[in-house]
Amino acid sequence: MSNYLNNEATASTEIPRNENEVENANQTGLEKPAFDPIKRIEKGFQFFKINEFNKYPDYYRQLAEKQEPKFLMFACSDSRVSPTNILNLRPGEAFMNRNIANLVPAFNKLRYSDIGAIIEYAILALKVEVIVVIGHSRCGGIQRLLSLPDKKTSYDFIDDWVSVAKPAKEKVISKHPHASGEELQTLVEKESVMNSLVNLLSYPYVRTGLADKKLKLIGGYYDFVCGKFEILAVDSDIKPTIDI
Amino acid sequence: MAGKFKNCITLCCTGKPSVVEDMATNGYTCDDAIEGLKKLLSEKSDLESVAAAKIKQLTAELEATDTNEFNPVERIQNGFARFKKEKYEKNPTLYGELAKSQSPKFLVFACSDSRVCPSHILDFQPGEAFVVRNIANMVPPYDTVKHSGVGAAVEYAVVHLKVEHIVVIGHSCCGGIKGLMSFPDEGPTSTHFIEQWVKICLPAKSKVKADCSDDVDFTDQCTNCEKEAVNVSLGNLLTYPFVRDAVVNNQLSLKGGHYDFVKGAFDLWNLDFAISPSLFQ
Repeated sequence: MSNYLNNEATASTEIPRNENEVENANQTGLEKPAFDPIKRIEKGFQFFKINEFNKYPDYYRQLAEKQEPKFLMFACSDSRVSPTNILNLRPGEAFMNRNIANLVPAFNKLRYSDIGAIIEYAILALKVEVIVVIGHSRCGGIQRLLSLPDKKTSYDFIDDWVSVAKPAKEKVISKHPHASGEELQTLVEKESVMNSLVNLLSYPYVRTGLADKKLKLIGGYYDFVCGKFEILAVDSDIKPTIDI
Repeated sequence: MAGKFKNCITLCCTGKPSVVEDMATNGYTCDDAIEGLKKLLSEKSDLESVAAAKIKQLTAELEATDTNEFNPVERIQNGFARFKKEKYEKNPTLYGELAKSQSPKFLVFACSDSRVCPSHILDFQPGEAFVVRNIANMVPPYDTVKHSGVGAAVEYAVVHLKVEHIVVIGHSCCGGIKGLMSFPDEGPTSTHFIEQWVKICLPAKSKVKADCSDDVDFTDQCTNCEKEAVNVSLGNLLTYPFVRDAVVNNQLSLKGGHYDFVKGAFDLWNLDFAISPSLFQ
């Protein structure tokens, strides 16, 4: 059923990463060598092994024994917003969930066990100190949410998932009835981060952590159009919306 | 207090305004505060234990401000500043194009473990890989009720972004897999979510237990399970019709990987299978 291609990296020469190669791979062009995913993965791992893993053996030996990340981060699956890249994180710093539109749904054992398991493990087993939810510009998930209801196209999963952020959409529209286009989308992207932070409060271990002052919540927003990172909220800025 | 007031008047009259200023601007000194507290406690002795607790807390807080305390906001801001300077501003063409749209070739499933980020271990740069990270890098079978998060990510990547390769990457010393191997298969759970989640890869545990002889130690069993769980996830990917269609049409490949951070090794394998298109009408 499966073929094993063993790729233990043994290269001894330093292989510098060519940023232009990445650039070329991302651009469309007329004459482009066929993309070889196996080579790409091999090269990537070799780069890491030579420039990181072999260079800092004590660091990686210690890490192999135990991880003690201070952060739990929620970020979008979008290929452009990896917190490791944009926040220059080191291995061992952040336990991470990546999902469409960096959403944190409220506590629900039936529907959202993936998110629940991450929060439960991060707080109870790893004892992280900070939970960060990072939104970003031009988010496809939020864009889809704004286009709902859509009578023409339907998805099996996407529309249902992004509706986790529906309270954020409704709040923005009621506060900014004349907003539209990119301005509206940015407002909802940011409000969705706040909504996710509020949803975090529905997990008992988050509430206990906050009450014991062992946990901090932070909301962030990465704008890759302008090249900015904004801190939207820290701890006490987070207030649950009151349902009337 | 009366004594001090008398002093103040006297000093005022003798033309020494400094003490008055002190009381008006700086106001309370630490000694004043302690005097005030002592007076209160002598009048209301039942407040002693309350006061003791609060003083203890205050002392701890003050002690903490002395040490090099972890400042998460600063860490985030410094990290971004470094990325902006060393990457974002140095590659304006790349980041300009990425701002307009993304066209990653990979969808990658990796564990939430802080040590196995694909941006580190495979050096993925912005734009290269659409990433899902969860406990033990699991792909559950198609289920719109129980697993909409993973479903949405797979759907978006395959249908909308049209990625060409899905790679599921397991890793050494995975806490989720260790839990799967340790938790009892039946009976009440002791966690809200974790046990329920890792049971997605129960078939991997069964296979490992069946294949392994009694002298294979627990750690090695876990390593085998880490790899078998990847195969279970790859199989589960085929329960998504849009994945099946893309695979059958040779538009999508499925690969499994395992990162061993003890040895510093990366295994990669293809999922080869023969599918007759006629079976999927």
